[in-house]
Amino acid sequence: MDWLLEADGVGQKLGVMLVAILLFVVVMGLILFFVDRPKNTPRWVVVTAFTGPAVLLIAFGLLYPGIKTIRDSFYNRTSDVFVGFDNYVTAFTQDEFQIVLRNTAIWVILVPIAATLLGLIYAVVVDRSRFEKFAKTLIFMPMAISMVGASIIWKFMYEYKPASRPQIGLLNQTLVWLGLEPQKFLLDAPMNTFWLIVVMIWIQAGFAMTILAAAIRAIPDDVVEAARLDGVNGLELFRHITVPSIRPALVVVLTTIAIGTLKVFDIVRTMTGGRFETSVIANEFYTQALRQGDTGLGSALAVILFVLVVPIIIYNVRQLRKTEEIR
Amino acid sequence: MTRTTTARGKRGLTVLAAGGAGLALVLAGCSSSDDSSDDTADVMADVDCADYEVYGDLEGTTVSVYSSIVDLEAEQQEQSYDPFEECTGATVEYEGSKEFEAQLPVRIQSGSAPDIAFVPQPGFLRTLVADYPDALTPVGDQASQNVDEFYSESWRDYGTVDGELYGTPLGANVKSFVWYSPSMFADAGYEVPESWEDMIALSDQIVEDTADDPDTKPWCAGIGSGDATGWPATDWLEDVMLRTAGPDVYDQWVSHEIPFNDPQVQDALAQVGTVLKNEEYVNGGLGDVTSIATTEFTEAGYPIIDQLCYMHRQASFYQANWSTLDPDLQVAEDGDIWAFYLPAPSDAEKKPLLGGGEFVVSFDDRPEVQAFQAYLASPEWSNNKATATPQGWISANNGLDTSLLQSPIDQLSVELLTDEEYEFRFDGSDMMPGQVGAGSFWTEMTEWIASDKSDEDVLDAIEASWPSS
Repeated sequence: MDWLLEADGVGQKLGVMLVAILLFVVVMGLILFFVDRPKNTPRWVVVTAFTGPAVLLIAFGLLYPGIKTIRDSFYNRTSDVFVGFDNYVTAFTQDEFQIVLRNTAIWVILVPIAATLLGLIYAVVVDRSRFEKFAKTLIFMPMAISMVGASIIWKFMYEYKPASRPQIGLLNQTLVWLGLEPQKFLLDAPMNTFWLIVVMIWIQAGFAMTILAAAIRAIPDDVVEAARLDGVNGLELFRHITVPSIRPALVVVLTTIAIGTLKVFDIVRTMTGGRFETSVIANEFYTQALRQGDTGLGSALAVILFVLVVPIIIYNVRQLRKTEEIR
Repeated sequence: MTRTTTARGKRGLTVLAAGGAGLALVLAGCSSSDDSSDDTADVMADVDCADYEVYGDLEGTTVSVYSSIVDLEAEQQEQSYDPFEECTGATVEYEGSKEFEAQLPVRIQSGSAPDIAFVPQPGFLRTLVADYPDALTPVGDQASQNVDEFYSESWRDYGTVDGELYGTPLGANVKSFVWYSPSMFADAGYEVPESWEDMIALSDQIVEDTADDPDTKPWCAGIGSGDATGWPATDWLEDVMLRTAGPDVYDQWVSHEIPFNDPQVQDALAQVGTVLKNEEYVNGGLGDVTSIATTEFTEAGYPIIDQLCYMHRQASFYQANWSTLDPDLQVAEDGDIWAFYLPAPSDAEKKPLLGGGEFVVSFDDRPEVQAFQAYLASPEWSNNKATATPQGWISANNGLDTSLLQSPIDQLSVELLTDEEYEFRFDGSDMMPGQVGAGSFWTEMTEWIASDKSDEDVLDAIEASWPSS
């Protein structure tokens, strides 16, 4: 059974995967079986059996690294000398990191709003139209592409060649067709950050559209009909009926995208590598911790990111609870 | 810098293969430990196991190797181990990863360091020794003797930290090359320049001769390389620094005995600027000066083939890119593409030569690990590697049989490396601390081109980033 430990080749790796899945099913099955068998199991046994493994894994895989990261952020690059808030001072005062923080702010403000707005408008426009299914598939498709894949596609979209040379990039070719100069989209700061943001919006709009379309569908027909009888036009219907009815869904979509955006890393790393003033916190903490070997500064950046995400998550969870209460 | 030396060529080209690039990037994280093809007859042909008796009987032992070399070059690496495995009975388990530099410290921290790793930068080696003093093993006697016998003292010094030898030299490359098309030069009646002044005169001549063609320029350049963007520009500065300030001042600069923003460095950077930031000289077929920042270094020389650019300064390993562009291209002095030595000013005493290489570091002192490290420093290995590699590999091992090198540019590189007239210096950014050599030096040189940051501001910013201890 050596191949189980040192899988070589596709066949064996698939084999290992199957064994792993089987193992999971068997273990879970056993747990469920034993928890379920005696009729009068004490409640704490059930609770422990169900949440125990999850709590253990979270403690080991999330809590411990989290605490260690916070600790490391107060230590030097090799985590053996206490340096107080030095790393945070560096992160907040040096020019390059201020650009990183500025970019992150631009990302986290623009992406959720633009993606949600586009998704919402799209959902309303295609709702119950003839091409609904096709149109929805079209905008949902980017969701299925990995961020790295999407970034490479868009890198080609933005590709620059001098005006007199054949263009490879669709956008610059279009500009040339219109008689304009080709642009170095990824190079010219600060606009290049916006061109990167477009990619994220392209990916996330599909997510927003799907959730919001479902929410719009869930608006009771009688409400819409009543409003119609009252003589509202399309725009008023949208403002006074549709948007308020799907407000919880809107909030969930906005916050979910905001969290995803705060963590954005793949797009920046693939398209510019964080150069030309496009870096964001997630990219920078990877660079500092793993490329530069500066665990302290990397951890500090990670903690800043964490602190920024927490309020959004709390808000998100509370909104979810509210939605559930309404139901 | 020499982040992945020859492997870098392949790296960029993988990205070139766009369609599959997403996949390639995903797979990049995976190892390439699959057994290579059985096409090892060449390497094994002239092997005499008597040469390997010094390593003893290592039957049943295993040595794990971790490096940044992947794909085809990894296969060639593995082939070069076959004679060792065959004769000693040891098994070498090779693993390559493009995330090598980021992953190696992680593996050391987690206690799963490989037995052997190939570190492409002496600066990174120094950081590893400083950060993880207990993890690295000083080089064993046998390998150390090999280094003394087959490598020059300077190569031993690159692998030495605080007087202790930690890294034995592996491959090497020569960076002071300017690629050009011999046929294009012949058609235009240009001659290969013999001095820096000649080269500038030639550039001016080309500007004049191509005045009616706005796209064609004397030079083309590109410094794009993912998160390592900027390194080709650091090579430019190092090469010119060697020529304007001389090798001795260069050494002081690299070891920070003079500040990074010393006036002599400013002079060198200004001189680089007369080429790289000169709108008349660059960027043939690629755009204006700023296009250098976004052009992938792998593609930056290609305008030569379209006759839009005459000269492209890049290391010997760039030859792999030519054959990827078009396998029929003849890389030879009378062929389609060739390289000349980046000339020194006419008043220079010696001809400086910039280059790089990888170093073998061990994390265990088991006999088989020490034996394998000794083998990698031996002439037998260098010759086996030369046999296994059709092009794009040389070493500074003086036991290397140059007749085994199969490509003309490799032969030329070794010729320059061993020629007394040329004074070799290791790539400076590779020797500097990581925060500079693989950090601010790259980013600031990128800024220098991308947003026309002034020479002074660039050098001041790099100086400020130099670690205090």
